[in-house]
Amino acid sequence: MSEFMAARPAPSVPAAGAADQVAAEAAVRQAPGDVLLDVRDLRTYYPVRRGLVQSVARAPRRHVHAVDGVSFSLRRGEMVALVGESGCGKTSTLQTILGMVKPTSGTVTLDGTDITALSERQMRPLRRTIQMIYQDPYESLDPRFRVRDTIEEPMLVHGIGSSRSERLPLIAAALEQAGLTPAELFIDRYPHELSGGQRQRVAIAASLVLSPALLLADEPVSMLDVSVRAGVLALLDSLRRDADMAILMITHDLSTAAHFADRIAVMYLGRIVEQGRAADVVRDPQHPYTKALLSVVPKRDPRDRTVPQILTGETPNPVDVPAGCRFHPRCPIATDRCRTEDPALRQPDAAAAGDHLAACHLA
Amino acid sequence: MTAVTQDPALAAEGLGVPAHRRGVFWTALRQRKSAMVGLFIIIFFIVLAVIAPFISPYSATAQTCAVYAPPSAQHWLGCDDGGIDMLSELMQGGRISLVVGFAATLVAMVIGGGVGILSGYFGGWIDSALMRITDYLLVIPSLVFAIVIADIWGANLLHVIIVIGILQWTSTARIIRAQVMSLRERVFVKRARAIGSGNGRIIWRHILPQVAPLLIANTVLTVAIAIYMETVLAFLGLEDPTVTTWGTILQHAFDRTAISSGAWWAIVPDGFAIAAIIVGCFLLGQAIEDSLNPRLKVAHLSIRRWRFRPLVGRGKDAI
Amino acid sequence: MSLLEVSDLNVWFDLPGGGQVHAVQGVSFALDGGQRFGLVGESGCGKTTTILALMGLLPPNAEVSGDVRIDGRSVLAGGEDSIRPHRWKDIAMVFQGAMNALNPVKKVGWQIAEPMALHGVAEGSAARKRAGELLELVGIPASAAERYPHEFSGGMRQRASIAMALACQPKILLADEPTTALDVMVQAQILELLTSLSDELGLALILVTHDLPVVAQMCDQAAVMYAGKIVEDGPMETLFHAPRHPYTRLLFAATPDLYGREAVVSIPGAPPRLDREITGCSFRQRCDVAMESCATEHPDLITIGAGHRAACLRNTAQREETAEVR
Repeated sequence: MSEFMAARPAPSVPAAGAADQVAAEAAVRQAPGDVLLDVRDLRTYYPVRRGLVQSVARAPRRHVHAVDGVSFSLRRGEMVALVGESGCGKTSTLQTILGMVKPTSGTVTLDGTDITALSERQMRPLRRTIQMIYQDPYESLDPRFRVRDTIEEPMLVHGIGSSRSERLPLIAAALEQAGLTPAELFIDRYPHELSGGQRQRVAIAASLVLSPALLLADEPVSMLDVSVRAGVLALLDSLRRDADMAILMITHDLSTAAHFADRIAVMYLGRIVEQGRAADVVRDPQHPYTKALLSVVPKRDPRDRTVPQILTGETPNPVDVPAGCRFHPRCPIATDRCRTEDPALRQPDAAAAGDHLAACHLA
Repeated sequence: MTAVTQDPALAAEGLGVPAHRRGVFWTALRQRKSAMVGLFIIIFFIVLAVIAPFISPYSATAQTCAVYAPPSAQHWLGCDDGGIDMLSELMQGGRISLVVGFAATLVAMVIGGGVGILSGYFGGWIDSALMRITDYLLVIPSLVFAIVIADIWGANLLHVIIVIGILQWTSTARIIRAQVMSLRERVFVKRARAIGSGNGRIIWRHILPQVAPLLIANTVLTVAIAIYMETVLAFLGLEDPTVTTWGTILQHAFDRTAISSGAWWAIVPDGFAIAAIIVGCFLLGQAIEDSLNPRLKVAHLSIRRWRFRPLVGRGKDAI
Repeated sequence: MSLLEVSDLNVWFDLPGGGQVHAVQGVSFALDGGQRFGLVGESGCGKTTTILALMGLLPPNAEVSGDVRIDGRSVLAGGEDSIRPHRWKDIAMVFQGAMNALNPVKKVGWQIAEPMALHGVAEGSAARKRAGELLELVGIPASAAERYPHEFSGGMRQRASIAMALACQPKILLADEPTTALDVMVQAQILELLTSLSDELGLALILVTHDLPVVAQMCDQAAVMYAGKIVEDGPMETLFHAPRHPYTRLLFAATPDLYGREAVVSIPGAPPRLDREITGCSFRQRCDVAMESCATEHPDLITIGAGHRAACLRNTAQREETAEVR
């Protein structure tokens, strides 16, 4: 074999090498840590603004059912991917857990404390433990802040370190932990001088200085170039392994979820319709929506041209949630029962693993 | 194996010497001729006002020549109805006019900036309440309102400042509010809140620095309007009669038949000074606004198009 | 003679402070009717600039050289005047984010009919009728012509912008990231539409994207661009199974596959700046198989096999050896 070809699987980053192990060990996971985050029957509704005429006519106030009964839990050192199309409620779920939006009902328990019951003031010290990585690294950093200011800001807010000189080594350490080495090269930069991948790493470093227990990541790599995505994902992967962080990642890319997450939860119209270990969900999908989603993911190999099972139409408006199973209008195998009875999330008969759940009457 | 095991994030190629962001704005401004002209005019009048007591040739209150004496070698701009040297009077008047202009603007900016930021940031009932007040002030005919207030409170320099300040903050509040409302939705502001920053901190560290250039542009524009308002109020006789401002100079000249006496020098230089400072403020203010809002830039209006470079003396595999 | 022939296309952009960026550097390819061609690469590699040059839609600070022929006729050499008669009639484009660029206050049908009138293809009721037919063609009921863009979903707006590009019956359709920002299900719908359009209408389709799997599934041929140049092109299967440029190989390795078990790699570093001359291979700093000669010698795009070209010095060095697949 020529040297040219021999290098094919050579991982260029040590961290990406760790990702290699992830894929290899996908089936044999080490025992997960204790439960850090527990979300129970979470509902977040937004009122729809009524026009003057409707207000006068006393039309009933309508709601967007953004999150409509979501339950899942997350252990320390675990990465869960929340997958679904836009408008399925994955971002609202994250916003509610983060405390940016008050839930209509349900609980979010973090380390034994129900954070939905806390006031803004009581919540503030807890914000240290939940940190968020945003989708667009070009927007999430204050353009007027140097890298050092961006990373120092959370420390100032939470009173870490008493002086600049005390905080400086912490800033440098966070930058290096986020893969921006040597730190001196980056510490005095403005965001506009950095590439997308570097900005995203700065945003991650700014979260790391607070040593959070839970990291929420909203499409952390979708705005980045393909060539740097794996690096950022490998960084997140190393954080939950080495720092025992729990990571909840939103993504629309099932391939990324399959590669990096331990578990996948598929959302449709405000509900989780299927969840389980990543390998189980991807290789043995139970819900017809998951099956359809998986079938339309384009494969890398041009020879592997499976016929995608394209669903017609788009996700319905979350104001008028269909009766019965919310997926039935687009479902290729829906029966009469699906039109009337709302299926609960349960272990399907065909599922091999005990923690593989789907909300479908026919699974 | 020659594999490069360099860090993925390190792209030394693209990273030069860290830049100074502040420099970007200043450079953009310096490229605008109008901004530099405006700035020069404003600085000229400020310097003149500061050093007026040391360089004014005569007293600005005592008679030093004949009534309506025309310009001469001794009195470059002639004399007014009281035999006072016009040049000295203009310098002295400019001091007060500028003080009134800047002080009233300060009042307007503090109220307008504050209302705009609070209204835009908090929204909800705070926004509704503050914007209703703004609307009311916006629809009141400002001159009539100023006349009434000045009349009730009495003609006094401080009152004039307050009246102008109260009348001029509304448009600033609306502009700042709109800007803050869009800033509030920016991801880096949301991120700051998610970190745990309080409202005060977010406003001080993230919102205010972002709206500051807009506030500065508005300040410069409002200075022009305030100086103009002061002139109008003085001309209508609502200014403190004991002080000398550009407005009272005009008023005196009109009242005391400068026009029928043909004493143009009692009016023209004064009017020119007022016009100049207003133009200067507008030039600078507009330039700041333009450089803040790239969408206002006129681009692609030229008929110039992309060019085709003919391949002269270059083979197919030259590149 | 192919339908579209591009040879030695170069684009320079003048920089405000003097100097030029050489954004597209000697790009050549050819394309026939009914063929689907992918142009892939990272952001800033020159792929969008290349197709904007084909349309003659570059900004005033651009300078172009090279030869672009549609049906054998040179269309760029005379500047704007020579491309205008071909634009939209022979070669049309679906712009990046086109679905968000529809005029919100005009009915969709009107917006589709507008280019027909501009190019003298059809006017009045004939144009309106054709707009309805085009909407049907892209899978929207003709009655929707009387609707406004905000009444459409994202997928429908993208369909409408494809209908707009087809208004004057072009032979070549350029699509710049047509599915970015769309959901996977809608993306699949749009890709299916583009595929059937190129099959049924015999359209030559150029798909510009950073998304390799999309190209892998849709296109027969593809070119991988890096730093303004095509570094490898050929049949899609060859590019995936037997790449002969390390960048192609790494790009595929950086793209996670749903069922793939191998590691996802990231490519270190960033593309070089194009405002100065690059000596040697432009990819060598990020390459995992770079040699000493890569710093000094410039790799030419040489033919490896049938319709397969690559620009890597390793190929030149191994030309004598038998090329081993995978």
